[in-house]
Amino acid sequence: MKDLDSLIKRTLEQIASSSDLAALDAVRVGVLGKKGSITEQLKLLGQLPAGERRAAGAAINEAKDRISAALDLRRAGLEDEAVGRDLAAGNIDVTLPGRGERTGGLHPVTRTRFRIEAIFRQAGFSVAEGPEVEDDFYNFEALNIPADHPARAMHDTFYFGDGRLLRTHTSPVQIRAMQKDGVPIRVIAPGPVYRRDSDVTHSPMFHQVEGLVIDEDISLANLKGMLAGFAEQFFEKPRGMRFRPSYFPFTEPSAEVDIQCVFCDGAGCRLCKQTGWLEILGCGMVHPNVLRACGVDPERWQGYAFGMGIERLAMLRYSVNDLRLFFENDLRFLAQFNRG
Amino acid sequence: MRVSLAWLNEWVETGWDAATLCRRLTMGGIEVESIEPAAAAFTGVMVGEVLSVERHPDADKLTVCQVAGGGAQALQIVCGAPNVRAGMKAPLALEGATLPGGLVIRRANLRGVESAGMLCSGRELGLSEDQDGLLELPAQLATGAPFREALKLDDSILTLNVTPNRGDVLSMIGVAREVAAIADRKLTPPHIEPVTAVHHAKFAVRLEAPAGCPRFAGRIIKSLDPKARTPLWMSERLRRAGLRPISPIVDVTNYVMLEFGQPMHAYDLRRLSSHIEVRKARPGERLTLLDGREIAIDTDTLVIADAVGPVGLAGIMGGEKSGIAADTADVFLEVAFFAPDAIAGRARRYGMLTDASQRFERGVDPRQQERALERATRLLMDIAGGQPGPAVLTQVETQQPKRPSVTLRPERVASLLGVQVPRSDLEDILRRLGMQVAGAGDMLGVIPPSHRFDIAIEQDLIEEIGRIHGYDEIPRKDAKVLQRPQPATEQRVSRERLMLLLADRGYQEAITYSFVDARTQRLLFPGRETLALANPISAELGEMRVSLWPGLIEVLRGNLRRQQERVRLFEVGTRFEMKGGKLAESQVIAGLITGPALPEQWGADKRGADFYDLKSDVEALFGLTGRGGAISYIAAPHECLHPGRSAAVMAGDTPLGWLGQLHPETSRKLEIRDPPWLFELAIDPSFRSEVPVFSDISRFPAIRRDLAVVIDEATTLDELKKAVNLAAKGLLRELHVFDVYRGAGVEAGRKSVALGLILQETSRTLTDVEADTVIAAVVALVKGDLKAAIRG
Ligand SMILES: [Zn+2]
Repeated sequence: MKDLDSLIKRTLEQIASSSDLAALDAVRVGVLGKKGSITEQLKLLGQLPAGERRAAGAAINEAKDRISAALDLRRAGLEDEAVGRDLAAGNIDVTLPGRGERTGGLHPVTRTRFRIEAIFRQAGFSVAEGPEVEDDFYNFEALNIPADHPARAMHDTFYFGDGRLLRTHTSPVQIRAMQKDGVPIRVIAPGPVYRRDSDVTHSPMFHQVEGLVIDEDISLANLKGMLAGFAEQFFEKPRGMRFRPSYFPFTEPSAEVDIQCVFCDGAGCRLCKQTGWLEILGCGMVHPNVLRACGVDPERWQGYAFGMGIERLAMLRYSVNDLRLFFENDLRFLAQFNRG
Repeated sequence: MRVSLAWLNEWVETGWDAATLCRRLTMGGIEVESIEPAAAAFTGVMVGEVLSVERHPDADKLTVCQVAGGGAQALQIVCGAPNVRAGMKAPLALEGATLPGGLVIRRANLRGVESAGMLCSGRELGLSEDQDGLLELPAQLATGAPFREALKLDDSILTLNVTPNRGDVLSMIGVAREVAAIADRKLTPPHIEPVTAVHHAKFAVRLEAPAGCPRFAGRIIKSLDPKARTPLWMSERLRRAGLRPISPIVDVTNYVMLEFGQPMHAYDLRRLSSHIEVRKARPGERLTLLDGREIAIDTDTLVIADAVGPVGLAGIMGGEKSGIAADTADVFLEVAFFAPDAIAGRARRYGMLTDASQRFERGVDPRQQERALERATRLLMDIAGGQPGPAVLTQVETQQPKRPSVTLRPERVASLLGVQVPRSDLEDILRRLGMQVAGAGDMLGVIPPSHRFDIAIEQDLIEEIGRIHGYDEIPRKDAKVLQRPQPATEQRVSRERLMLLLADRGYQEAITYSFVDARTQRLLFPGRETLALANPISAELGEMRVSLWPGLIEVLRGNLRRQQERVRLFEVGTRFEMKGGKLAESQVIAGLITGPALPEQWGADKRGADFYDLKSDVEALFGLTGRGGAISYIAAPHECLHPGRSAAVMAGDTPLGWLGQLHPETSRKLEIRDPPWLFELAIDPSFRSEVPVFSDISRFPAIRRDLAVVIDEATTLDELKKAVNLAAKGLLRELHVFDVYRGAGVEAGRKSVALGLILQETSRTLTDVEADTVIAAVVALVKGDLKAAIRG
């Protein structure tokens, strides 16, 4: 029993002098661990004469309890000290910037395109794409623009010298979609288009979203409703809007749509040429010749088509004052659209 | 087209102010692009009358004039114009007058002589380009009258954007007809009285291509005064319409064209031989045009020819030889109808756009040739005298343009427009537009007027009804929607997701042109077959890109010039690859990085971005597919990449794309100091995705063992991984590479790769002994197969 007393005494001293949790744990393992001295003594109990076993067992267990209690106490003390030290360690500079990569972003044309797509998707449109190198049939003939038609002057075209050309609008995608899926149909076709024109207000490549709805009972009134709803969602503000009669070979009747100038709210300014209106898109009821070119009976089916320039809408939405900025890809310009 | 508002008001009286007229025209389909004053702002200018002209005592080029018009007393004005003479009338700017551009006229002393104002040229008042002398005013203008009023300069010019289907609007009568229809007013065109012939001279006309030219009115006018001048009222109207006055004969033909939209042509009679024939050009025929250009004429082009050969391109431009000269006195006037499809596209083909071709290809009223001829004759005689011969109309009866009746069903009007137009309004609108309406009930027959070339089908009529009724009257209505859910696939990663992932990893999206500089492209992709534009806008945008890299590299160069050090760009777009003359368009995603791996910051070491930074982004993209483990990166040479730092990206046998560093030689040629890192992946094969399928998560603890394996430089991680996997017999859950070390302790040509192996059983707890056994097997295998050594 003297051994046990000295073991307790020695262990309690070791516990008291343990200066951190690791040292304390070493003490615990040395005494109470699988091969610890107390554990060893408990293992040896069986070798004692039966009469002594009980008393010895009680003594060992008591010693174990005392040591355990001392360990727990010391542990709590050391943990308190650690917390205290951590708290006392001083403050960090919370104004230093965080580390790591910063986020980039989408091009404003893509950002605008995705918003337009999202608005029309919610209205039940699907999204279709098609080739950018087209032929005369899909880009012109099927759209009721025969060779030598004066409207071809509005589409200054890039050619490849073998009859192929770069599409001047995304309307060919609508033709392909109608040929493939038939009617009724409700589709938009976004993508790059090409016109041989380059100056302050024209880029030889730009982006369009064209839409097509064909069903048995679709009217110009439905077109007005859809586009008014679109403009309201796109600009997140009810805006004055007007439909002006116009002309496109592939629609009849045709219209151009103006919105109240976003820069002067319709009062008249340089950007709207003092008219208070800004043209945002062209549209109309699909010409029966176009339906026929797609094998659709115009006596039974009718509907509307519209087309808008994405750059134009992006300029109006984000107050971009120069079309060319979109294709210069200056990082200082692009980074301005990284939010959201 | 430019239209003088004052002139228009003579043809149709609406009582509308300019703003209302513009709005109504625009909403009626004739877009008014702008409205501008007819003359620049100036004040204090009167009609002056030069009473006397004397030489300036001290200046050769100056004269001293006494000028009436500036009050009760004549004013002394010093003048430098060569054409000043006693008796002429000219604009007189008084002391205090403000001229266009802000010049204020003051009393001045010019070389010792007092001048109380200024006599003005047309140019000084912003009325003409003429610098030669004073603007000579008609004698009948009252001396002393305010100049602006005398010339009715307080007029507005409307610029109309006339759509290509409305050739009939390219004239005063056309615009006036529109206004009259919109406002429901009467048209008051000028009264035209046929002139009486004073001789019998005729010029024979043969219509040999009657489909293209079925009507031709002509007349000889003799003894015109070549010295006659176009009166100010006419040159003012031409000016306001944007035409430059030239000579009475030319000006009159232009004036009548402005009035009626009827182009006409005057030939110098001396230069015509025998007769005129209107026919298709013959092979090899050439013509020198009025503008001095000589062209070879295609055989599908209609020409006006005399016995010798072509004297003009019909409906486009006359020839130089038979044009009006300064001394022309005898003319032959041509007023013809040319069918639109005989003219359409021809002018453009010869690189021209003339007032005549613009009108003929859109359609000129086939019933007005005689009227226009009479109008022009009368005006010419008023200005330059002359003796008219008989007006001769040559026509081919069977080829006259027809206006067949178009069927209109009123219920289709409601169905297409979505608004019910009352029956009486509907018929009234058609009548206001000059249409003849026949029939009743649910089927009307409508015959459009001769000047309308754009009414062929029912929808054309419905548009007419819609625009005159007013698009504003059409309500906004919801349509019955298709009840059909849209595809929402999980079997491919959306382009939007790929783009956002790169954006979130610090990339900026760029959008570049699909056509690129052929030289740059050839430098990057020598020997590739490409698709070149036949009519590029410039050599720098000459051929279709075979990769997005040329565009991204160009964007990099631009941003480096703008002092950007760290660039991370991506683009999604189409590349245009040619194989054996066949084009393949494919959607690709490409990226470029250069500069520091991280934005400048504290607490991170500054190192340049390298292959593995780029690869981590590529891996992140593939991570979205759930097939990242099936993608292999194979060291392979690429024509524009560093041969030791490029990898082909494959899924099994399918090539997906490339990543690597721009070849240093190419980079040097492109003047880029640090070769950037590039990737490009074809979207379709790369980003098919697998729908996630849940598998059981092991509830048993894993054991980690670390191992530093020294292997030859040439041995790849893939080879090492394969060996480890083989030896671990399915117990390897994960393998991490946590260090690659070269240097002290590792012999040259070898590298130490530190692996963290996570071992786990799915159905029970793995024992230490089992883990030791696995590691021993791994060690044995890599030592044997890869000649590896195990470090400390
Ligand atoms: Zn404005």
